[in-house]
Amino acid sequence: METRIGVYICHCGTNIAGKVNVDEVREYASHLKNVVVARNYMFMCSEPGQEMIIKDIKEYGLNRIVVAACTETLHGHTFREVAKKGGLNPYLVQMVSIREFDSWVTEDKVEATEKAKSLIRAGVYRVNYHTPVETTTYPVDSNVLIVGAGIAGITAALVLADAGKHVYLVERQGFIGGNMAKFDKTFPTLDCASCILTPKMSAVKNNPNITLFTYSEVEKIDGFVGNFDVTIRKKPRYVREDLCIGCLSCIENCVYKEPRFMSEFDEGIGKRKPVYVSFPQAIPLVPVIDPETCIQFRTGKCVQTCLKGCPTKAIDFSMKEEIVKVKVGAVIAATGFKVFDATRDTKYGFGRYPNIYTTIQMERMLNSAGPTGGEIRLQDGSIPKEVAIINCVGSRNENFNAYCSRVCCMIGLKHAHMLRDSIGANVTIFYTDIRANGKGYEEFYRKVMLEGVNFVRGEVASIIPSENNRLTIVFEDTLLSRVRKKDVDMVILNVGLEPHDDWEDVRKVLNLTCTKEGWLMEKHPKLAPVTSLSDGRFIAGAAQFPKDIPDTVAQAEAAAAEAMSLIDRGFVESEPNVIRIDEERCSGCRMCISVCPFSAITYNEEKNIAEVNTGLCKGCGACAAVCPSKAISQNNFTDEELYAEIMGVLRE
Amino acid sequence: MSENFEPKIVAIFCYWCTSQAAELAGTSRMTYPPNVRIVKTMCTGRVDPQFILWAFRNGADGVIVSGCHPPNDCHYEDGNFKWFRKYVLLSRTLEQAGIDPKRLRQEWISASEADKLKKVLTEFTEEIRQLGPLNHTIREGGV
Ligand SMILES: Cc1cc2nc3c(=O)[nH]c(=O)nc-3n(C[C@H](O)[C@H](O)[C@H](O)COP(=O)(O)OP(=O)(O)OC[C@H]3O[C@@H](n4cnc5c(N)ncnc54)[C@H](O)[C@@H]3O)c2cc1C
Ligand code: SF4
Ligand code: SF4
Repeated sequence: METRIGVYICHCGTNIAGKVNVDEVREYASHLKNVVVARNYMFMCSEPGQEMIIKDIKEYGLNRIVVAACTETLHGHTFREVAKKGGLNPYLVQMVSIREFDSWVTEDKVEATEKAKSLIRAGVYRVNYHTPVETTTYPVDSNVLIVGAGIAGITAALVLADAGKHVYLVERQGFIGGNMAKFDKTFPTLDCASCILTPKMSAVKNNPNITLFTYSEVEKIDGFVGNFDVTIRKKPRYVREDLCIGCLSCIENCVYKEPRFMSEFDEGIGKRKPVYVSFPQAIPLVPVIDPETCIQFRTGKCVQTCLKGCPTKAIDFSMKEEIVKVKVGAVIAATGFKVFDATRDTKYGFGRYPNIYTTIQMERMLNSAGPTGGEIRLQDGSIPKEVAIINCVGSRNENFNAYCSRVCCMIGLKHAHMLRDSIGANVTIFYTDIRANGKGYEEFYRKVMLEGVNFVRGEVASIIPSENNRLTIVFEDTLLSRVRKKDVDMVILNVGLEPHDDWEDVRKVLNLTCTKEGWLMEKHPKLAPVTSLSDGRFIAGAAQFPKDIPDTVAQAEAAAAEAMSLIDRGFVESEPNVIRIDEERCSGCRMCISVCPFSAITYNEEKNIAEVNTGLCKGCGACAAVCPSKAISQNNFTDEELYAEIMGVLRE
Repeated sequence: MSENFEPKIVAIFCYWCTSQAAELAGTSRMTYPPNVRIVKTMCTGRVDPQFILWAFRNGADGVIVSGCHPPNDCHYEDGNFKWFRKYVLLSRTLEQAGIDPKRLRQEWISASEADKLKKVLTEFTEEIRQLGPLNHTIREGGV
């Protein structure tokens, strides 16, 4: 059959047409071999643009389409659907990027136009060799894996469970709630964090559609979208969840009469025993025994008063790590953040001088259920009169994190208000710019200002101890351009948000991509903010970038909806880029078998040929590159297509 | 070399890492020389040394192949290693065929490293400009 190609060049408003002379390019394309029609249009992806292509397919009898526009990642699917509507196999379309790969990265207009011609030429050469690709569909498992049980993971889990999907919620800490569980009040409404979080936490525990794995991590995810096999590693907590009734007698009865060890949950300002819960309303209300500090584990010779005190004998020192395997159709990553380690920026004196805290420590101190019972005290037991809050610690700083952490300005305002409210302290906020751009945020800022909190636009140079246990802040007042000093009793460092230290490992296990800082990357910053590049894997919450609770919850609900849309559709398309093996050509050398990472190729001894299981093939093409008999061709990436494309970009 | 010489450079990028970096370079409006023409494969493991020879034969003055960082970033486990082994051999073959192996560059650029992509492409274009056009007789010589 005669090859009849249509070429469609998008202006993308001025995004392409501002750099590329689209008329000239169209004229050029129309003379390429087998091109029957070439058109340019303002927005090819719009309804009229799509209609134009469909109409042309019918009118001109087109059997190949080249769309020169944005990228395959962004609109490949759109234009394959267009071809389908026009009655063509969707893989007879080739997308050519003249925006991301040309107009947006090229300075000179003439050069950009020439480059567009060459890329389109390559697309046209290539599309000549396209053949219809048939895919099959696979059913989607309706279970969902959610990694991280902060407010993001909890929200997504509840939405999905309410819709009847089964959720496996995996939390690495012993208890759920994430960072929000540490707070007393939340800005800007100052509603109490536990009042809005703990009901959701118990809903998670009580929902039959949610299987909660705490003190657990995901070890491995095999399979593909719709059909993932997940391996979960459950660390031993040494208290059996099936027996524990949450009376906490073990903690009460521990041989350590007083809490002696640094509490991670209290961010270093509180203490716990070797057997502990994060806080009295923790979910699950099953203590964890920390083998590092427990005498039984350290010496093997404890009198085990915890066990004696336990009415159900739920304490089990012989508990072992457990491996659990589950099947899911979709994955949501909601692993959250950690705060900036303030010792890294030594000018603040954190960890060296007394009475310097971080905002997350302040959350614990302000919390009426926290280690101080909500009392704000200096180390000598007195009440601070003069408190400084220093913003942007670790943020907006090229030496640490260049980005703005987005929530800290509001945290500073919240703490200022709460400190005035509870102890009547005189509070000064040292800021770079105040960013209060959420709903009700600017109003909250005004309210705090009117309450009498002082604001100094200043860059802190150093914090040093002064007389009477006070601290001297040396800073540049950036409005007056003068170096000034201020003596205070207490300093609160408004630390920024960062990805977890092990983000590299976690992202690999979950098969996600990250920004260079370690934030999870979305498929598209505007159009696909909770979708990742890997099909069936979604992202939500502060793991994507610092954000407040309202944005976190919105994103979590969106991720749940995306997962549901995948599940309720019920099927996924099989991998289109799989390979075919030409029996006639195959010599049975089995080179392909040795390179396939997914054991998708097997040897048929009888016929002395290699055979592919397209259900296992993920379409990397490694086998096609090594087959000495050229018996293997990869759909959408055949040798002919690639040779033609390479030749196309090089021809004049 | 000739002041007006504009090298032709073929860039073979894997879909998951380096193509995404190139998309990010686009959305971040970073500029690099227009000499670079990107051709995508799903994985660098798909790259057959013949593609590179074909590119040189068809007028490329330089070829760059880039994929996901080893050891574990490859979307298909170890396609990057598979390519790398071929690259090492190919570089030697090129030398024997009289093509300066500097004309074939190998990189690992992750989806977030748009700045690295810009730097590498700019540098490589300049390097090839310095090397000058690939001698035509070599092309004809049937590599
Ligand atoms: C000091 C401070 C005060 C704040 N105050 C407010 C406020 O008043 N109002 C407001 O709107 N926002 C506030 N925020 C922002 C708020 O904390 C975030 O919006 C919110 O916590 C984000 O929720 P998340 O679930 O995405 O992350 P997180 O709360 O960090 O939860 C992530 C969870 O995932 C778990 N996890 C991490 N890695 C893994 C893994 N590999 N496997 C399994 N589990 C894992 C973690 O243990 C954690 O439980 C504040 C932030 C800070 C630092
Ligand atoms: S939110 Fe405010 S304090 Fe935090 S980094 Fe941004 S500007 Fe600085
Ligand atoms: S394309 Fe990759 S996954 Fe598919 S059979 Fe070949 S080597 Fe295996």
